[in-house]
Amino acid sequence: MAVVTADAMTNASQTRGKSKMAARDLNLFYSDNQALYDVNLDVVEREVTALIGPSGCGKSTFLRCLNRMNDTIDGVTINGKVTLDDRDIYDKSIDVVQLRARIGMVFQKPNPFPKSIFDNVAYGPRIHGLVNSRDELDEIVMTSLEKAGLLKEVKDRLSAPATGLSGGQQQRLCIARAVAVSPEVILMDEPCSALDPIATAKVEELIDELRSNYTIVIVTHSMQQAARVSQRTAFFHLGKLVEVGETDQIFTNPRDERTKGYITGRFG
Amino acid sequence: MTDMASLMEDRAAGSDAANMRKPVDWDSADIARNVKKRYAAERRFKAYGLAAILLALAALLMLGYSIVSKGYSAFVQTYVQLEVTFDPATIDPDGTRDPAVIGRANFDALIKEALRKRFPDVTSRSEKRKLYDIVSSGAAYDLRERVMENPSLIGQTRKVWLIAGDDFDMLNKGYISADTKESSRRLDDDQISWFQSLTDSGAIEKRFHTRFFTNGDSREPELAGIWGAAVGSFYTLAVTLILSFPIGVAAAIYLEEFAPKNRLTQIIEVNINNLAAVPSIVFGLLGLELYLNVMHLPRSAPVVGGLTLALMTLPTIIIAARAAIKAVPPSIRQAALGLGASPVQTVSHHVLPLAMPGILTGTIIGMAQALGETAPLLMIGMVAFIVDIPGSAMDAATVLPVQIYLWADSPERAFVEKTSAAIMVLLAFLILMNGLAVFLRKKFERKW
Repeated sequence: MAVVTADAMTNASQTRGKSKMAARDLNLFYSDNQALYDVNLDVVEREVTALIGPSGCGKSTFLRCLNRMNDTIDGVTINGKVTLDDRDIYDKSIDVVQLRARIGMVFQKPNPFPKSIFDNVAYGPRIHGLVNSRDELDEIVMTSLEKAGLLKEVKDRLSAPATGLSGGQQQRLCIARAVAVSPEVILMDEPCSALDPIATAKVEELIDELRSNYTIVIVTHSMQQAARVSQRTAFFHLGKLVEVGETDQIFTNPRDERTKGYITGRFG
Repeated sequence: MTDMASLMEDRAAGSDAANMRKPVDWDSADIARNVKKRYAAERRFKAYGLAAILLALAALLMLGYSIVSKGYSAFVQTYVQLEVTFDPATIDPDGTRDPAVIGRANFDALIKEALRKRFPDVTSRSEKRKLYDIVSSGAAYDLRERVMENPSLIGQTRKVWLIAGDDFDMLNKGYISADTKESSRRLDDDQISWFQSLTDSGAIEKRFHTRFFTNGDSREPELAGIWGAAVGSFYTLAVTLILSFPIGVAAAIYLEEFAPKNRLTQIIEVNINNLAAVPSIVFGLLGLELYLNVMHLPRSAPVVGGLTLALMTLPTIIIAARAAIKAVPPSIRQAALGLGASPVQTVSHHVLPLAMPGILTGTIIGMAQALGETAPLLMIGMVAFIVDIPGSAMDAATVLPVQIYLWADSPERAFVEKTSAAIMVLLAFLILMNGLAVFLRKKFERKW
């Protein structure tokens, strides 16, 4: 077998864990420009999947397909299929609002609401009616902050404005906010690109801990980061999924020339 | 081969002629001249800016000075002290003390009697008429009120301060000079000498003119006040605000957050901007046709004025609100949407509260514009002479700027100071509203 297709790769790894989300023949167009070409990718449950590739390769665009954030952009058309637990999330019967509650998202730039720390974390549970009492809400906020490793730092100032936190703390608050809704999948779009190395290390540690409960998909520019936090890595190039596989294998023994070129720093 | 091509070739070949540029001599005279020129240009530019600001300040000071110097005297009013006999025969001949009877009594006669007693030399009819002008025709109402409140006054003789007529008020404030030729002034020599004698006996006084703030309009300058116009302005603005704020904000939210970006919304956007630039009188004509001729709403009423001004204010509010909504960073929207908030929740929980200071600032500025608007209101009949203070938005009324226009048009000398005083009141309201806008902006301004 001379050419190993991405399809074959995904199928090969299917045996390892249960596939939580899957993309099948996904094509995406911004007006007339095609940004994604026939992407086939499985996201395995309770694993961190890293999406890497040079700028403009479509990895962020793909990530945003997974919780339908692209819906909010004008002129985007999508064909193909994205499934969550084998249900097509682009199906008419799917409620986007509920879908986004099940698939949380953390953005590139920390974007806490200009409200108190408590209100930031409590916002999701409140709008989805997940709690019946103030005590329950307190409980959720505390455990979410705990899970995000932020509780120790902020427990004395929960009513302080979230915008007063440092960049790294803000990003962990955003993770706590996403976790508070008890999502099944958490999407992270370059969550550390606006952070300093120490804050980055903390967030990476956190991602590793979260893996035991959540399925995580992370877009990153840093190949070291992908190597550190992920179990599986997918390499995108010019809108195409070039190669996907075990992180170790991708970084030590890439099958595709382009992957090899990218991870050895010849382009990107 | 062109020169350029040969140059390229030289470069590629590493030729000295192409690669070696003469080093710049930063101490040369040319460079020094250049620096000097640059500094001079900078100084000139600063000077122009400073001159522009000074010019603007001078214009503002001139405006302020001319208004205040003409208008400050309107806040005081001349009063005349007379010894009035509350003659029972005139007020209540039958001794019933019935308010209805007292209310109908001829208090004017009491004042005239008091004036005749004060100046016994005046005998001829025409002279008497000139004498009676000293006291305003409104003084009789004051007397009646006083007696109604305190009927025990009947039968007594009291020294009473009565509001002076407008010409004598002007004389007292120095706007009518005794040096002017008698035939070309409003008061003749006799009147001036009577007034002088009153002044000498301490029977003339200037007091704070509360009436100016509590009365409606009047043909008598000394009785005219701005309260009627202020209330009219209040009702008009209330109607404008109630209509234009929710409609304007809703339109802005829809256009910014929900409308698809296509040709139609582009056309709408351009036309909203066009509407903001339409001369206000055009809105007046529209109001006249739509509200009066088609819908038959009451003429001269604040409700129609408010509806018309709402049309005019809407574009201002929409434009300001859209700018404020646009200024909310998209990351906030993404955060909310990413948590599974619906678009409506995203807008109402996050975007709108964050945009509110900007929206309020725009609204207040729009309202201030509406407060100062005259032309469209002339079209819908709010320019009528209305004495009564409007009790609701459906009553005939006028507004502050129209009141200023009406007074500026009146021939009496005393209306000159009223006009300036009314302008001061209007400007005070405008400064207050703009101050509120600045305060709101500063208070709720957020840093991201």
